Amino acid sequence: MPDGQSQNPIRTDVTIVGAGPCGLFAVFELGLLDIKCHLVDILDRPGGQCAELYPEKPIYDIPAVPICTGQELTDKLMEQIAPFDPVFHFGQMATALSKTEDGWWRLTTDMDTVIESKVIVIAAGGGSFMPKKPPIKDIDAFEDTSVFYAVRQMEKFRGKHLVIAGGGDSALDWTVNLQPLAASLTLVHRRDDFRAAPDTVNKMRQLVASGGMKLEIAQISGLEGSDGQLTGVVLKDKDKGEWSIPCDMLLPFYGLTMKLGPVAEFGLNLHENLIPVDTEKFQSSTDGIFAIGDINNYPGKLKLILSGFHEAALMSQAAHRIVHPDRKLRFQYTTSSTDLQQKLGVS
Amino acid sequence: MILKVVDRAGVEHSLEALDGWRVMEVIRDWGLPIKAECGGACSCATCHVYVDPGWIELLPAKSDEEEDMLDGCFEVEHTSRLACQILMRDELDGLKVTLAPG
Repeated sequence: MPDGQSQNPIRTDVTIVGAGPCGLFAVFELGLLDIKCHLVDILDRPGGQCAELYPEKPIYDIPAVPICTGQELTDKLMEQIAPFDPVFHFGQMATALSKTEDGWWRLTTDMDTVIESKVIVIAAGGGSFMPKKPPIKDIDAFEDTSVFYAVRQMEKFRGKHLVIAGGGDSALDWTVNLQPLAASLTLVHRRDDFRAAPDTVNKMRQLVASGGMKLEIAQISGLEGSDGQLTGVVLKDKDKGEWSIPCDMLLPFYGLTMKLGPVAEFGLNLHENLIPVDTEKFQSSTDGIFAIGDINNYPGKLKLILSGFHEAALMSQAAHRIVHPDRKLRFQYTTSSTDLQQKLGVS
Repeated sequence: MILKVVDRAGVEHSLEALDGWRVMEVIRDWGLPIKAECGGACSCATCHVYVDPGWIELLPAKSDEEEDMLDGCFEVEHTSRLACQILMRDELDGLKVTLAPG
């Protein structure tokens, strides 16, 4: 049986929920104290908001780094924590947290990975990145039967009449990839201009020109069908009015948005979707569960990356007492400590 | 100066605004529901508002980037803007916007 399934859970020192900048830097601070980490993140790569929202935008307020992009910051953090061999579980959402009989925290993901650890660090930022849902009445009733926000198996769409909505890379990539399988495919976008990669846009335009698919410049205003089975979507345009086109399946690709998600069910005290913590340990209302970065709250809190780094350092001191209760915590500097330098692989 | 904001229930709020502040920041700091996830970087499309038609002409035109980001919004109209891209100034005293759905 592979590691990490329910009968054979992974055991480690600390599980970090969220692999954004604060979660990544926590690996460093914990690592200096001989604490090993596993990280879970719903995105398929590290960086959190830095990777998803503004990978190419400049950040000017990281101490001693006058300018870097979100992606550069992420890359540098990954380089900095590499000596500590963190284990990442990407593309997974932490869905449940419980305590084992022998006092370990047991975290389960939506892909049935099970990690048991002595400490949990929630560094989940604004929550999990999830697909934006069109605010269309009754769309919930069609989800997972006729409305899909992601493509996990292309075969599911073979021989179907598809409508894809959106103008970015996801919409255009799936348009080009699913078109050969589909019985018919219509791309719906609000304007005749696409921010997706030009090469993919050109391929789409060729398919339209050759009659392989349709392009509708409009917005989706309604759904038709019953019992979860879509029969059509209603389109609207300010000049052309409303009309409907038949389809079996709709794939809306409007990007991602953050939702707190299952963290709300972990049994922690929450205040306006944030986790209140103390400012000595950054511990939540539950012993052994810490919260750092944008998801926590305390008097004077600033949602800055540098605040999250500070929180990671103090949290690590408290985590050490739980993970290594028999060891005296020795405060050292990386500049002078050969012990720390050995851990970093520079000595 | 005043920023008027119609919430999703149709209730109009008159908010005290400061010169140079983003419309998004005024709405957020007065506690009205606007996600504004990226904090004003024109990167998330979660501060979508409709500008009252009478005020459209007074606003600087949308950048290409803002127009691109509006693709991540729903029910986009010709009056749609991202509230993080509108800065308050004297000429906009009394500006009225409506929070978009979502």
